Amino acid sequence: MAKALVCDPSDNVATVLEDVAEGDTVTTEDGSLSFRAKGPVPKFHKVALADTEEGAAIIKYGNPIGTASARIRRGEHVHVHNMVSSRGRRV
Amino acid sequence: MADGTRQLMGYRRPVGRHGIRNHLAIIPASVCACEVAQRISSQVPGSVALLHPNGCCQMGEDYAQTARTLIGMGMNANVGACLVVGLGCEGMDPVQIVDGIRSSGKPVELVVIQKSGGTTGAVREGLAKAEALAAGLAQMQPEPFDISELVLGLECGASDPTSGIGANPSLGVASDMLIASGGTSILSETTELIGAEHLLAERAVDARTAEALIGIVAATERRAKAMGADLRGTQPTPGNIRGGISTIEEKSLGCILKAGRSPLIGVLKYGEPVTYGKNGLYMMDTPGQDVDSMTGMLAGGAQIVVFTTGLGTPTGTPIAPVIKVTANAATYRMMQEDTDLDLSPVMDGSIGLREAGETIFDEILSVSRGKLTKSELNGHREFGIMRVGWSF
Repeated sequence: MAKALVCDPSDNVATVLEDVAEGDTVTTEDGSLSFRAKGPVPKFHKVALADTEEGAAIIKYGNPIGTASARIRRGEHVHVHNMVSSRGRRV
Repeated sequence: MADGTRQLMGYRRPVGRHGIRNHLAIIPASVCACEVAQRISSQVPGSVALLHPNGCCQMGEDYAQTARTLIGMGMNANVGACLVVGLGCEGMDPVQIVDGIRSSGKPVELVVIQKSGGTTGAVREGLAKAEALAAGLAQMQPEPFDISELVLGLECGASDPTSGIGANPSLGVASDMLIASGGTSILSETTELIGAEHLLAERAVDARTAEALIGIVAATERRAKAMGADLRGTQPTPGNIRGGISTIEEKSLGCILKAGRSPLIGVLKYGEPVTYGKNGLYMMDTPGQDVDSMTGMLAGGAQIVVFTTGLGTPTGTPIAPVIKVTANAATYRMMQEDTDLDLSPVMDGSIGLREAGETIFDEILSVSRGKLTKSELNGHREFGIMRVGWSF
């Protein structure tokens, strides 16, 4: 069972504290949420805590850190392949 | 806090703050004077040459920023005396640098290569002057001074998610402790406020300070867009991304945690001195690039830097100790030679952020009483001045 750290109660991602393999059980540090990983998540990378629609904000530290560029399901690795920055972009 | 714990050890200067180190700085006015400056420095133990590629064919604010930074380095309280080395025809007037630093009352000497018979003559003349300055510094004894004189530079680099979750909030606790003791901290790296500027602006003491903060972030974002490229690909860096940081907003929200919860009392230009006697938390407009960022804060008066890192980095500065801190256990194991503090127990909660912050604060006190950091023991002296214009 892998632990995941949630920075703020409003976050929809958490940081896994060890390498996670597909199917592993991920549990938030306070034990309030537990789910299976849908694919590998490297140590210290983000895992989705909730299903997130394309275009919705990714929230960490209680603030938006970018936008989902694809539909993301709970338990998926969240990184540059399925989210993008909203700032400093070429127009 | 008891008096004993407020007391640091340093070198009295004619005006301003005490220094916690006592360096002889050899400052080339331009790139053309660097080799001579280096040859002088290499023969004078305890001296350090501030080598840089700037100082000629610059104009406007770009020129002013280089001049301000070179003078600020000489003015830094950790520098006891300076030798300025000019070629003689460069755009950067060596006499302006000398006069700027002399306003601090410190001994400053000048050697001009074109008036000293070329390389050999300039090295000979510079060596004689530098040796006399070094002899003067060697006579000085450190004395107790109050912690409120300390200016701390806050830096993060080679970040990974442990930086924003563990190391940076721990440093925020230490920074708040210093400010509560009457001291000063400088946050920097304007690029790494993009996406988090609203949180820091809310802590500004007045509307003018908040506007200045929002203004420098907007200008940095405009500059990135004017390059015709996306900031992503550069910020976060490829290493940040491999580590798990996805966007500049995520990096920024972690970055600002270094500044704790103290009110923001001022926004400084790159290399602009912290106002003497007006202590608290400042933001300085620097790039996210670590060496340029630390140089700006030193020119602003920082006598010490705490540098949080996720992936590890060896960098130091020529004139100030840098305390390297990580919350990534694997990085500490791999980069122990370059890393002062292992705060990885904060990641699984086995120590709290408060305790980790107190550990950093205690290390700040030790280093400000003479303990050498890993970057000093390894002889790291990286130095770089941010450019804001072309060379012509």
